[in-house]
Amino acid sequence: MPSSLASDYDPASLPDLLPLYYRRLFPFSQYFRWLNYGGVHKNYFMNREFSFTLKDDIYVRYQSFTTQNEMEKEMQKMNPYKIDIGAVYSHKPNQHNTVKSGTFQALEKELVFDIDMTDYDDVRSCCSAADICSKCWPLMTIAIRILDRALRDDFGFQHLLWVYSGRRGVHCWVCDEAARKLSVAARSAVAEYLSLVKGGDETVKKVVLTDPIHPLIRESLAVVEHYFDQYAIQDQDILGRKESIDKVLALTPEDILFTDFQSEKKPGNRWELVKKQASRKQATAKKGQHFEKEIMLQYCYPRLDVNVSKGVNHLLKSPFSVHPKTGRISVPMDLKELDTFDPFAVPTISLICAELDRPRTGEEEEKMEESQDKENEKDAAERRKIRDYKRTSLAKYVKHLDQFLDGMARSWKGELLKKSDLQKEF
Amino acid sequence: MQFGSRRKKLNTDIQTELYGHPLQFYGQPPLENISLTEFETFAVERLKLLKTIENLGVSYVKQSEQYSQKLQSEIKNLNFPYRPEADDRKIQTGPTEYEKRRKDHISHFILRLAYCQTEDLRRWFIQQEVDLFRYRFNHLHPTQKLEFLHKNSLQYDTVSAEEKVILKDKLVNSSYAVSGITVEGQDFYKVPFQDALDLVRTRKVYLKAGYVYIPHQDIVTIVLNDFRTRLSKALALTARSLPAVHSDERLQPLLNHLSHAYVGQDYSIQKNVGKISLEQIDSLSVKSFPLCMRQLHQSLRENHHLRHGGRMQYGLFLKGIGLSLEQAMQFWRSEFVKGKVDADKFDKAYAYSIRHMFGKEGKRTDYTPYSCIKVILSNAPSQGDHHGCPFRHSDPELLKQKLQVYKVSPSGISQILELVKGMHYQLACQKYFELTHNIEDSNFSLSHPNQYFVESQRILSGGKDIKREMDTPKRSQENSAAKGSNTTHEAAANPSQDLADMTDEQIDSFFQDA
Repeated sequence: MPSSLASDYDPASLPDLLPLYYRRLFPFSQYFRWLNYGGVHKNYFMNREFSFTLKDDIYVRYQSFTTQNEMEKEMQKMNPYKIDIGAVYSHKPNQHNTVKSGTFQALEKELVFDIDMTDYDDVRSCCSAADICSKCWPLMTIAIRILDRALRDDFGFQHLLWVYSGRRGVHCWVCDEAARKLSVAARSAVAEYLSLVKGGDETVKKVVLTDPIHPLIRESLAVVEHYFDQYAIQDQDILGRKESIDKVLALTPEDILFTDFQSEKKPGNRWELVKKQASRKQATAKKGQHFEKEIMLQYCYPRLDVNVSKGVNHLLKSPFSVHPKTGRISVPMDLKELDTFDPFAVPTISLICAELDRPRTGEEEEKMEESQDKENEKDAAERRKIRDYKRTSLAKYVKHLDQFLDGMARSWKGELLKKSDLQKEF
Repeated sequence: MQFGSRRKKLNTDIQTELYGHPLQFYGQPPLENISLTEFETFAVERLKLLKTIENLGVSYVKQSEQYSQKLQSEIKNLNFPYRPEADDRKIQTGPTEYEKRRKDHISHFILRLAYCQTEDLRRWFIQQEVDLFRYRFNHLHPTQKLEFLHKNSLQYDTVSAEEKVILKDKLVNSSYAVSGITVEGQDFYKVPFQDALDLVRTRKVYLKAGYVYIPHQDIVTIVLNDFRTRLSKALALTARSLPAVHSDERLQPLLNHLSHAYVGQDYSIQKNVGKISLEQIDSLSVKSFPLCMRQLHQSLRENHHLRHGGRMQYGLFLKGIGLSLEQAMQFWRSEFVKGKVDADKFDKAYAYSIRHMFGKEGKRTDYTPYSCIKVILSNAPSQGDHHGCPFRHSDPELLKQKLQVYKVSPSGISQILELVKGMHYQLACQKYFELTHNIEDSNFSLSHPNQYFVESQRILSGGKDIKREMDTPKRSQENSAAKGSNTTHEAAANPSQDLADMTDEQIDSFFQDA
């Protein structure tokens, strides 16, 4: 495979690759289709803030574009190292200096969540800071499962776009209309409802459960239980070494002594001991003895950056932006394949650019013909771009975004139908 | 003449209607003429009440027995309506219930005028009024509650018996006050989750598909939400009509004075800028910093880095004790470059936010150091953070160890921990102050980290600082005059600008309105 070599990304090559990426690979049409939201509100795309990070960390805020075409041209001109998406404002963001101060206001934005592996440093033993590996990645899987369920079942949101950030975390974009319109207070209430792990470096016990245990916590525990043995006991080996055992036992009540702990060699059995002690304690005490659950949650429950979710005008890295350090593309994730998602298999910009230079296979030629027939109303350049990304490993991620957008389109079509029905009646 | 008397009669009718119920939504402004003296007394007394509410909210759990008792006695002392069952037919001393209700009504509207001017003031006012309303609504008789709902045409959808059966377990597990036996007999209301954010935030309600299922005894939450929304809208409207009020030269100074009363000393203006050298900070941090700042200083020295929340809390404190912008820049840079951040990255990523703190960037607000209440209530620390209040945000066990390291006596430690247990964080800090400064009674009421510093310096300099104390009143006068012009200016320049800078400020959206 020629691609294995090409995937070795060198940050120094980024300035050379970005023009190619924005000219031939970036999925502008899907991107526009997403942020235009069916054109229901006509200024929605125009008043959206984009912010670019250019070479040498030069930061340009308040970019905005009238059309898809203008956006393409601008991105191809600036070749941003990183793209952030901000709020939909009351006016075009690139004219924010021309309107009377104070009238320029952030009105709407997707409800977003940012989960970052650095926030788990006290409970993972394999890596720290910006590093991740296959041993700690399940934390993200668990986080997505828990939050996805809660946002859908509890809050009734339907259009959740999960995106790998390109390095050490995941983002969630809740795109439902109701979510986009939420106030700052509502966003912070949602984020706090979903936050269980509380306290900084000065707090040892970060999860404290009280009776009754809320359905959210029960549902979340079910998810954690599913992964806990493999992730925490096996991979992270939290009951393997003295140091990490002490950390776990510091979370149990003082009056419980684990005398037989050292004689038990297998970590799995040690966890059974903890659970046994917990159920014994629960049988005798009246209330509030859930330390085994608290341990599981402290080690696995998603840790949100609440400030990102709260602010309507907070910027968040855009899907399909490149991560300048790793070169990986920030790609939408398909939850049907979540358990097998491998962040290291996400294509880098050097890989997909190299794939473009690969000679075409016969099969691909055929597909190309087909798509040409179907979409002959589009102009040639557009067609070529579609062809281009389809020949790279980016294809499946763009396809996933397409499916996501189809789902959203169905819902707003339904809305429109309902509206017109109502009109007919009267 | 006749017209006048008819109008008067009309007013009385409206008032009887308004004051017929112990509680109101303040939908109708008062229309009668009142004397300036009464205007001032009413306003000052309501302000006293709201300040008490703020203080109680920090020292006690809201709605706890003690909270209610203290609040009740304050309401009673200030002659506001406090007994829902009060009846004017009984002979009583002091003002009648009717007079109290009238005072409640009028004073509320006066403070609206004073507190509509900036986002900050509005937020404070709404929060205290909401707390007051909650207390009063909760102490209504059940029939009065229904009457109130009916009077203000508040209607909410109830959950059907069948649905209750299906959701029984979930409903029981979502609220402290619901048990398997009571579910059936109790009304549950189903409203969009946006209307009961307080219950959502604290996970005290069952949530399904965007709706919350609120047991009847929690209905106060929805009513409060309604109250909050109405008040917020009303304040925005009031702000627009303010110029007319300000043209009245009798009222303007009074209103300005009232609106400044809530913050107290904000430690933003310091005469001693530049009087502290960077070399002194290490020793000062041991001698005169409150625990929160000592903790931040220590972790900054250890990690050569602080995250945003820590930089804000500590940076503004340092500014408050007299560091100049240049000193601050040097202080942060020299520490950060010892860690992972090189000088170039510091200039790009951090220098801006330090200049911002000093009002040199962005919307150029000269930010004030955080008060204890702000540190305790807003932006709780998470993984990797060292900010917050150590008495509030540390495990008691860790706090104990830390105090031992700082050589606090065992009996002192147990006194402090007792206060922490009772959630008296500021008192705990004050106790720490007394213990570390070897004094019996500190003679001040601690509400600000910078106040801690000033008081500590005063004691350590052995009262040599009396001169400074002498001119404090003068300074605070200047202070409030300067601020007066500031706030009006800000209001004119449009308060909604705050929104755009929200992320910079990390404003806590706790009190933020929908």
